[in-house]
Amino acid sequence: MMNNFLTICNNQRIDFSLIPVLGYIDFMEFNTGLIQDPKNHCVNYFGVVINEKLRLINCVANDENAEIYLTSSELPLSKNEEYQSLTARHTAFHLFEREISENFGIRYSDHPWLKPLRYPFKKDNNSIMDDDPFYHIKSEDLHEVGVGPIHAGIIEPGHFRFICKGEQILHLEIQLGYQHRAIEKLFLEKKHLLQRTILAESIAGDTTVGHTTCFVNIWESMCGYIPDYEKQFSRTLALELERIAIHTGDLSAICSDIAYQLGASVFSRLRTPIINFFQSWCGNRLARGLIRAGANNYPFKNELKESLLLILNEYEQDFKEMVQKLLHHPGSISRLEKTGVVTYEQTVQIGAVGFSARASGLARDVRVSHPDYFNKNLNLQYITKRHGDVYSRTQMRREEIRQSLTIIRKLLDETLKDTTEESSLLTPRPNSFSISLVEGWRGEICHCAITDEKGELVLYKVKDPSFHNWMALALAVRKNEISDFPICNKSFNLSYCGFDL
Amino acid sequence: MLKTLKILYHQGRQFIPDLSKAVLKPPFRGRPLISSEKINETELEAICPTRAILTNPVRIDLGKCSFCGECALKFPEKISFSTDYKLASNKRENLIISEGDDSPVSFDHESIRSEIRKLFRGSLKLRQVSAGGDNSAELELNAAGNVNFDMGRFGIEFVASPRHADGIVITGPISSNMSEALQICYDSIPAPKIIILCGLDAISGGIFAGSNALDRKFTEKYTADLYIPGNPPHPLTVINGILKLTGKSK
Repeated sequence: MMNNFLTICNNQRIDFSLIPVLGYIDFMEFNTGLIQDPKNHCVNYFGVVINEKLRLINCVANDENAEIYLTSSELPLSKNEEYQSLTARHTAFHLFEREISENFGIRYSDHPWLKPLRYPFKKDNNSIMDDDPFYHIKSEDLHEVGVGPIHAGIIEPGHFRFICKGEQILHLEIQLGYQHRAIEKLFLEKKHLLQRTILAESIAGDTTVGHTTCFVNIWESMCGYIPDYEKQFSRTLALELERIAIHTGDLSAICSDIAYQLGASVFSRLRTPIINFFQSWCGNRLARGLIRAGANNYPFKNELKESLLLILNEYEQDFKEMVQKLLHHPGSISRLEKTGVVTYEQTVQIGAVGFSARASGLARDVRVSHPDYFNKNLNLQYITKRHGDVYSRTQMRREEIRQSLTIIRKLLDETLKDTTEESSLLTPRPNSFSISLVEGWRGEICHCAITDEKGELVLYKVKDPSFHNWMALALAVRKNEISDFPICNKSFNLSYCGFDL
Repeated sequence: MLKTLKILYHQGRQFIPDLSKAVLKPPFRGRPLISSEKINETELEAICPTRAILTNPVRIDLGKCSFCGECALKFPEKISFSTDYKLASNKRENLIISEGDDSPVSFDHESIRSEIRKLFRGSLKLRQVSAGGDNSAELELNAAGNVNFDMGRFGIEFVASPRHADGIVITGPISSNMSEALQICYDSIPAPKIIILCGLDAISGGIFAGSNALDRKFTEKYTADLYIPGNPPHPLTVINGILKLTGKSK
């Protein structure tokens, strides 16, 4: 088996032809075998049509030694054959296989739940979405509650179908796809680098820095370009600032859902100076325009450093006081504790990532396990909690904000070097494959790209952490009161558009 | 109790007293200025990722502009961005900025339906629909209601049910999977009602324009009452735009 897979690391470009092609059964057994061990998890599994055959490519990351194992298999595009599914052997593959089936018509004999994923463009789309095959239980004691696609607040659309016994949720099914904009296809159609960068910025507005960093990492690795100190500094700093900003906003949302007005107001106003700092750095509150492949249009000057330190010091005082109050307030503890529990076993089973996984004790953090050039020197540790309830996910926000503050102070301590190099950004090399993992505030973002013999993109694959974690929400609300759904939902704060693409 | 009071005290005053006079600093990119400098227009046109730059003479369509600022970086002598955040208008064509024009984005007060100013001046309840929105404009709309911007002081609020609303705020390029739900929501709002398109995606489709996963029939069928440019629009852009529409500010 030794030569049946290819080992690469984060942000590495390789020749596409080096990825070994296995028979489907070997491919299936190898990959499902790998992820029986929780230190391995599937970061991306997708299909691409090459020479009128479907090439399945599986990327499994090993979190202990920073390696990514690539394997592939080739299937004919005929719809007559049925294949065994990887999902039947490990649940973490379930969405990947639903996606492959939806896009290429592959049929699986033993996939437990093969239904459409995000309804990409086809004629009569709406009628199909209305007929979604929701799970039903026939019983006079139970009732169904349908919520969405449009929800009560200023929030993105998605449909939630609950099966309840009285007030208690027995089952929740989440149907997404309403936000589908065909992002992956547009990456191939839009030919200019700037257009693709704007696309990356628009994958999920709240993760602008995360997705754009992932995109520029891929692009630069495909071009054989190594970003200088200042570019990497800016990206690392922006990622941590985004984490602080959105986590603070989430704490505000959690407070509103338990009707704690003081917390809601204070946290929401504490987010303002952080995102306003992005505006004074690059002109946009969500850091749009800041991250560019091979360029640094808004260098981090010394005045910015001074003002950032000031903002963070003021922020930290008010934040500490408020979060202390929130996490020790009997009223909030009674709402947050033991609500929406996801167990460690469940997070492993569904392949959860990010702070949601860490709140259940599963240590997955790309910054630690697959560090990029800069994160290696920061000497980060995993932060985990054990209980996997809303309270743990709220605590995770506090711990991660603390960690990010430490990281930023460490970054600012280094004396900033002047711009030195100027190697120019070339075009992507032909016949390449590249993968990039970035720890956004929600968790692991994974992008993959493949180029043809002319260096043109033939595949651009985007995976937001929400892709794995929506299932965690569905599991978390079981046995909870339906009135606790909003607080469970906010404790994850998953992306609709990041999932729907 | 004492701790709560202490926290309250430590917040100080957070709200912006006059939202129409707040000043944003560079590098915030607001209304662009186009000089009469001669440059290679074809090159300039090709830079723009969303085709917002029109040539001969050079104009910028704010409804398509992603405010990435690349044109100003490549042709600083031709294009610069001011910090003027009052970008909204009730007429689509007013969003096109022409060469040498340094006047604020104009508002056609004459053509505003009389019932808007009569009924919604003191209180305006809005239903927001994200139709393929990327959560950026949504984030800023939420921010418009927070303690800093406090849009609620003007009686402008977002409500849960379209039945309680006086109008709809659309964000996102309108994905075809959302087009039906958007129509149903709009139909549920009692007349008279207004339509606000918020952000470049909603106004023109933005970077997604032309994707076959979109269905923008809604924007062809109805004329919007307010266009709020931006990627995403700054809360100040949103609030000042709505206040102009309802006649609360000039």
